Amino acid sequence: MNLKFDPDRCFNCDSYACLTKCQYLNYDFESAREERIKIAKGEYSKVLEECKTCYSCEEYCPYGNHPFYRIVELQEEYGINLAPKPISKQLVKMYATKEKDLAAIREVGSKALSLCLFPDLRDNVKSKLFEGLPVIMGRQIFCNLVYLHFANMSVIKERARQTIENIKKYGVDELVCFHDECYGFFNSYAKAYGIEVPFKTVHLYEYLYNWLKENEDKIRKLNVKVAYQRNCSNRLSPETDRILDKVFELIGAERVEREYDRENGICCGAVFQMWGEYELAEEVQKKNVEDMAKSGARFAVFNCPMCYVALAERTAKAGLMPILVSDLCRLAIGEMPKLPGRD
Amino acid sequence: MYEELKAIVGEEFVSKEPEELYIYSSDPGTMPPVKPDYVVMPKTTEEVQKIVLLANKHKVPVVPMGGALSLSGLVRPLRGGIVVDMKRMDRIIEVNEKARYAVIEAGVSEGRLKAYLDKKYPSLRISTPDAPPIATVTANALIHGSGRLSQIYGFHSEMITGMEVVLPTGEICRVGSCSVSPYWFSRSPLPDLAGLFIGWFGRTGIVTKLGIKLFPKHRYRDVMIFVTENPSYVSDVIWRVAHTEMAEDITVWAQPRPEWAEGFQHTTIYVTADSEEELEFKKKIIRNALMDYIKQKEGGFLYLTPGMKAMFLQEPMSQLVRFADVRRGGGFEYVGAILPVDLFDVAYQKGLEIVERLGIDWAFSIRIIGRSHCMMFAYAYPFNRADEEDVERARKALHETNKAVLEMGGIPWKAEAPAQQLILESMDEGAKRLIKSVIEMLDPNGVMNPGNWEVK
Repeated sequence: MNLKFDPDRCFNCDSYACLTKCQYLNYDFESAREERIKIAKGEYSKVLEECKTCYSCEEYCPYGNHPFYRIVELQEEYGINLAPKPISKQLVKMYATKEKDLAAIREVGSKALSLCLFPDLRDNVKSKLFEGLPVIMGRQIFCNLVYLHFANMSVIKERARQTIENIKKYGVDELVCFHDECYGFFNSYAKAYGIEVPFKTVHLYEYLYNWLKENEDKIRKLNVKVAYQRNCSNRLSPETDRILDKVFELIGAERVEREYDRENGICCGAVFQMWGEYELAEEVQKKNVEDMAKSGARFAVFNCPMCYVALAERTAKAGLMPILVSDLCRLAIGEMPKLPGRD
Repeated sequence: MYEELKAIVGEEFVSKEPEELYIYSSDPGTMPPVKPDYVVMPKTTEEVQKIVLLANKHKVPVVPMGGALSLSGLVRPLRGGIVVDMKRMDRIIEVNEKARYAVIEAGVSEGRLKAYLDKKYPSLRISTPDAPPIATVTANALIHGSGRLSQIYGFHSEMITGMEVVLPTGEICRVGSCSVSPYWFSRSPLPDLAGLFIGWFGRTGIVTKLGIKLFPKHRYRDVMIFVTENPSYVSDVIWRVAHTEMAEDITVWAQPRPEWAEGFQHTTIYVTADSEEELEFKKKIIRNALMDYIKQKEGGFLYLTPGMKAMFLQEPMSQLVRFADVRRGGGFEYVGAILPVDLFDVAYQKGLEIVERLGIDWAFSIRIIGRSHCMMFAYAYPFNRADEEDVERARKALHETNKAVLEMGGIPWKAEAPAQQLILESMDEGAKRLIKSVIEMLDPNGVMNPGNWEVK
């Protein structure tokens, strides 16, 4: 299972956007070129140690050459530990599929909603929005892309085909992915590694847009300003960010212009905390939330549940109301969602 | 005798019925059942006194009982006789808010006192042990229990401020400040007679009232879990965290289930504060204390979601119940070894060797007591009580663990009768003579829970 990566594209690249646009590294054109070439050749580069695994270079690359996947592969090859070893190892064990997970697989029909590994969201999808859509979740359908943050490409590769097989066993032809990461797995990662996905996948934003469009009469526009936290894995499917704009438009949510959104989105800090880089986590969380607060938005809107966990309390203290995209849509159709993870 | 007991406590509160005696003959541990002749439930100190006098008259053993949750069979009447179940003596007599102590009867449970304080004195708390809420405060303190505040304030026995005791001869006496003052504030500055009743497993008298220290309850609480994959790091991790004086409670757990936990040591650190700023400050100091391990990638903090935090912040943790019954059948026992913290690695390796050799389910759970002055290292072995082979395996593991603990320089906690003998074998001769003399002096008729701390 090899990455579709063409070194010549990097050698001939005239932008080095992967590094020059990076939110965390500070390379001028010349040093970016040097490091990029090392990476293209498969040599050690200091980028491998400095990379904060924000996924952004996957979006920045003008050729779709998968610079981020390449970096992660090399990080692993050169034995770079981004996180404390016990944390990385335990995480790998924690989300490995168990016999009992496989035993839980049942045919659910041709269409399902994947809640990935977020059982805390079970109640949040009990909504007209998802009516008639069976929910599947658990380690057996986990995409494992979280290990991109831990320089562990091999475990993703090792589990990738089985994850797809397991989903197929549910009998689905169409899978709605709640989390960007799952959608990115099927539509970016699988393609980058030449893995066939034998069912159609739909991003949550596309699903929400279609539902809301068909049920426009049920919408009462919210007329609110929202600050959106664009999560790292949305970089794997940047086209969906435009669909989100259309969702916001339908429900009357104005996505405020702010420094750390769209291409300049920054991390929620959760991964840095796992790595033990507490100062970096504090720095990015502080500037992100301050940016949200000064934008005049009423809601801080998340799609990634991890971003929500990492930033909800902080955004609330800054005077914003933290909420998931789907829950914001529920407000627009007159439903009152509960807080994720609360009884 | 039954009639005489009835006259003391009333018909409703005495029993010689086989089904009730059966219940009082054992606990969830591995020790074989020993049937009492009678069970009584007194309501007052005077009733306890009368029961003890009666026991002396008939030369019948009398065994005090709290929640019966020691797991090591401590309230089994080793030589038969009367089990005195203290649960009806459940009055919370006084809470002195400013001097931070409570005076309670011996049957008051941990759950009852905690709930009472939460409701009436929300700024005060007790040091809760990780035992079911029906465990009694008095018995737990008397067996040198430990709990959520032991890292700061030591064993629960060190939190005792005074007591009222019915001696084996039936006399009632008070020890601590309450022996000279209406206040139960301290055992100092008097001769510390409390030591005659702490750690003796009821061999020297029945404690009927207890003064116990209460502590400030802070508005904010948080939990951090530091993960390592090398047991030789753990004593240093504990030492560093204790050195910061920022942690309220430090525990370590290691177990093979769930699978992700196997091979790792989890140091759980509880932090409390009265403001968010104070809480963050304390957490930062603790993180900095462990930064060498983090930078060397040898250890790191587990990322805890709100749901995980809520689970770890429960007092006591309900998850423990699940482990206790992992083999089904409700059997569960552990050797709680009191050890110096620097023996962590030796104790861990020895425990693994025993469980691997005997092929038994296990979990190690350690609580730091004092500023790493020592630790309670619990080697826990669940078993199915309906499966005699399983029980025997656990019994063997416990016996081997007790021996290993003594060999490495530790002391088994709340030792069952055979383990008491192992301890006595290692004990200084002078100390043994003193134990014998104390028992003979206080209990000339040998009626008070005989079979415990028997110096041969």
